[in-house]
Amino acid sequence: MIDNDKVNFHFDIDGDNFTTAGEASVKIKKALRQMGFSADTIRRVSVAMYEGEINMVIHADGGEADVNVYPNKIEIILADKGPGIPDIEKAMQAGYSTAPDDIRSLGFGAGMGLPNMKKYTDSIDIQTEVGVGTTVTMVVNV
Amino acid sequence: MKIREIVKLLDARVLCGEELLDGEVNSACGCDMMSDVLAFVKEQAVLITGLCNPQVVRTAEMMDMRCIVFVRGKVPPKDVVALAEDSGIVILASDERMYVACGKLYANGLSGGSVVSD
Ligand SMILES: Nc1ncnc2c1ncn2[C@@H]1O[C@H](COP(=O)(O)OP(=O)(O)O)[C@@H](O)[C@H]1O
Ligand SMILES: [Mg+2]
Repeated sequence: MIDNDKVNFHFDIDGDNFTTAGEASVKIKKALRQMGFSADTIRRVSVAMYEGEINMVIHADGGEADVNVYPNKIEIILADKGPGIPDIEKAMQAGYSTAPDDIRSLGFGAGMGLPNMKKYTDSIDIQTEVGVGTTVTMVVNV
Repeated sequence: MKIREIVKLLDARVLCGEELLDGEVNSACGCDMMSDVLAFVKEQAVLITGLCNPQVVRTAEMMDMRCIVFVRGKVPPKDVVALAEDSGIVILASDERMYVACGKLYANGLSGGSVVSD
């Protein structure tokens, strides 16, 4: 894919602040709306990114988000230097969560984030190493 | 049903979106787990919740919902209302408990709608 074929959006995700978590996803939602994508595509991209953004904040002390908009697909890359995921298969199970109770009382930590990210995207790839970090790459075909 | 009718049925206060009260909504979802809203909402336009943080508004925005009802007398902080205002989402606050609020709306014709299947 040629580089000038894509539009890139970059965000630093603050890990100390649950209040601002999701701001980047809301911005992407608004940008995609302006670019004229269908409501369904916009919802799939923004929900998957939102869950991933929340994960970086509650599990990994923040990180970086890149959204690349190509003519035929939208790619979301979420990279953090958090604790990594020891068992991806387990983490992908609906209902599995290591989130503390204070997160649950805020409405997250039901163990539905990664399953939601899988459900709303056409592909999801998770590169992770314990003690080093996690990079989640998701693609929604347009 | 018009959002205005929800205000009446739940004896709710309108915290923002006064100008949007004539909007039509056909189904709703009562939930305190935002990931469940993100997983299962399809065309539900109203979110009834006892939670009161900015993530509730962002979740509603993600799912293209048009109205949030805070129950159990919760009053959201100003920043939460400001976020909703920015996104064109109506915020209502009611003293009813979750169960009663949902029951009243359901009994008056606001359905649960369909959900996204896996
Ligand atoms: N970026 C991440 N860094 C480290 N661990 C993660 C990350 N994302 C997810 N996890 C792990 O995977 C589990 C499941 O994630 P998820 O399905 O989003 O559920 P929840 O966030 O509600 O716990 C989390 O509880 C956590 O242990
Ligand atoms: Mg999660």
